[in-house]
Amino acid sequence: MSPVDGPGVSSPNLPVDRAVTEGRVLSADPEQIPQLSEVDCPAELQARVEELMGRYPDRHSASIPALWAVQERYGWCTPEGIRQAAAVMRVTPAYLESVASFYDLLHTKPVGSHRIEVCTNISCWMRGGDELLEAFKAAADGDDDDEFFVTGFECLGACDIAPMASIDQRYYGPLEAAEAGVAIGQLRAGAEVLPDKALAKRGLAGDS
Amino acid sequence: MPHELETRVLLDHAEDPRLRTLDGYKDLVGGYATQERAYKEIEQDEVLKELEDSGLRGRGGAGFSMGKKASFLPRGEMAKYLCCNADESEPGAFKDRELMQRNPHQLIEGIAIAALAADAGHAFIFIRGEYDEQADILDAAVAEAYEAGYLGENILGTHRDLELVVHRGAGAYICGEETALLDALEGKRGNPRLKPPFPAVQGLYGGPTLINNVETLSNVPRIVAKGAQWFRGFGTDQSPGTKVVSVSGGVRRPGNYEVELGIPTRDLIYGLAGGPLPGREIKAFYPGGSSSPVLTAEEGMDLPYSFEAMAEAGSMLGSGSIIVADDTVSIPLMALRTARFYHHESCGKCAPCREGTNWTVKMLERVVRGEATPMDLDIISSVQDNIMGHCLCVLGDSMAMPVAAMVRKFRPEFEQVMAAAAGMVEPHLVVDAPPETLGASV
Repeated sequence: MSPVDGPGVSSPNLPVDRAVTEGRVLSADPEQIPQLSEVDCPAELQARVEELMGRYPDRHSASIPALWAVQERYGWCTPEGIRQAAAVMRVTPAYLESVASFYDLLHTKPVGSHRIEVCTNISCWMRGGDELLEAFKAAADGDDDDEFFVTGFECLGACDIAPMASIDQRYYGPLEAAEAGVAIGQLRAGAEVLPDKALAKRGLAGDS
Repeated sequence: MPHELETRVLLDHAEDPRLRTLDGYKDLVGGYATQERAYKEIEQDEVLKELEDSGLRGRGGAGFSMGKKASFLPRGEMAKYLCCNADESEPGAFKDRELMQRNPHQLIEGIAIAALAADAGHAFIFIRGEYDEQADILDAAVAEAYEAGYLGENILGTHRDLELVVHRGAGAYICGEETALLDALEGKRGNPRLKPPFPAVQGLYGGPTLINNVETLSNVPRIVAKGAQWFRGFGTDQSPGTKVVSVSGGVRRPGNYEVELGIPTRDLIYGLAGGPLPGREIKAFYPGGSSSPVLTAEEGMDLPYSFEAMAEAGSMLGSGSIIVADDTVSIPLMALRTARFYHHESCGKCAPCREGTNWTVKMLERVVRGEATPMDLDIISSVQDNIMGHCLCVLGDSMAMPVAAMVRKFRPEFEQVMAAAAGMVEPHLVVDAPPETLGASV
């Protein structure tokens, strides 16, 4: 019997946290590493995660890349997807879940297929980031299929194009509030998003 | 043409999109010649000595001597690692993004040479997950470098090996802290570790590890090519070299400008970034990212932009990111915005940071809602004192320093906001008001 199994077993003078010990059924079978045969992992996902594990001296290093792969396949880090990656990586699903829940870009709840992150940190806030976020929320409103996931975000590292947004992992700015509606329309139509505002097309600040 | 106040070394030819490719990097700036020479002709100790003599200081925030850091790694047969910190997440900083986007091979060559100095066989670029576009560019550049034999096994026939992996994070400011970065790279939640042991002794997978910022490593090829004395020809005695400075906030031309360290801050903010927006005046600025104590315009505008001058003024150069606040910006709201960021990004491992950031946000919310009393400003200050130096890493300090400075330097404005807000709202309504109702303007 371990010290936590009964009141003060190891030292009768120590206070015992009854909320922890009383009525707790000790599990003889904490969650195990799932077998590959149990999880029905798609072959491509399995190959991808195995390739990722091979890049590192320790396979655990592949946990964030593997979760990215799960998210890419299922749209978010679904419990089944996490179990599949865990089976391939030979870790517990709880381990991957703990990693996924730590990071802002890994979603442990369903999100829309288009992800829009609007920076609301200091530099963007000074130049209208809050208004831009409101505009994106308003423009995406009334979308029945939950196609759009709009969220405020901490500094995205693009204060030179403030206020800005990351739309499907690409940066756009500086944006007027009215351009939020334009961008949402372009995403709905499958057109190129705000071609003039893409960060990739900007020159060096000192050359202008 | 670059502005006359700019000194482009790292950003040399950066306006040319060809620089992004291996061929362009070779043609435009003679790329990879230094790595070839270093691998074939120069001993590890000579590279280390050149880096130490150059006085290159880390460009990620702490400003520690890069050569010294590399020399701390023990010698021997054990596996050693090199990590490039590309997790640039400090509000106000966006220089590494520019360097990786425009000149990825400069970074790769710098990593290869630094790996020689550290005798590392495995290198990683830990890039923040938000920089997907830049990570794609790096992936392509790394593939080119492998193909051309600058990475991989038996590099350039010298029997040296170097594996380089681009590792994408997934959105956590804390991973820019070097030991949290190591945990994240080992596949865990990004929590900082107790130091010592420092990463140079026990880092990634328990092996000696050299961790440097993107800009620091990007400086390495030219230092080794042209020598420490050439590098010392730029900047000041204690802050040699050039620096890519990110200027943002209330200026006309926000962006990255590469300048010699030690130029007047006024030249950066007015000369290069164009000064305040029409009809406005500059009230204060963060000289080195959101974690540096703010300086008022009078205090800071005529200081040389160098590590030592900023430290002497009670602030820091940090990552070299200036955020300008003009006279339309409410300092209490800026303090709240700053505190909220650190509250959100605190990993929760150490109580002073976890609780301190939380309570600072709550108290600042009370200030701007008009629920606070003048005594609360003293409590805010004492909370900051109790965070500083009491945690495993400096995330808590990074909030405490600027918030404490704002309360100290702009106390009348805090009191004014408290009084004005208190007169405007009915006390009973205030209690239930959700934080989202706090608009950006007061």
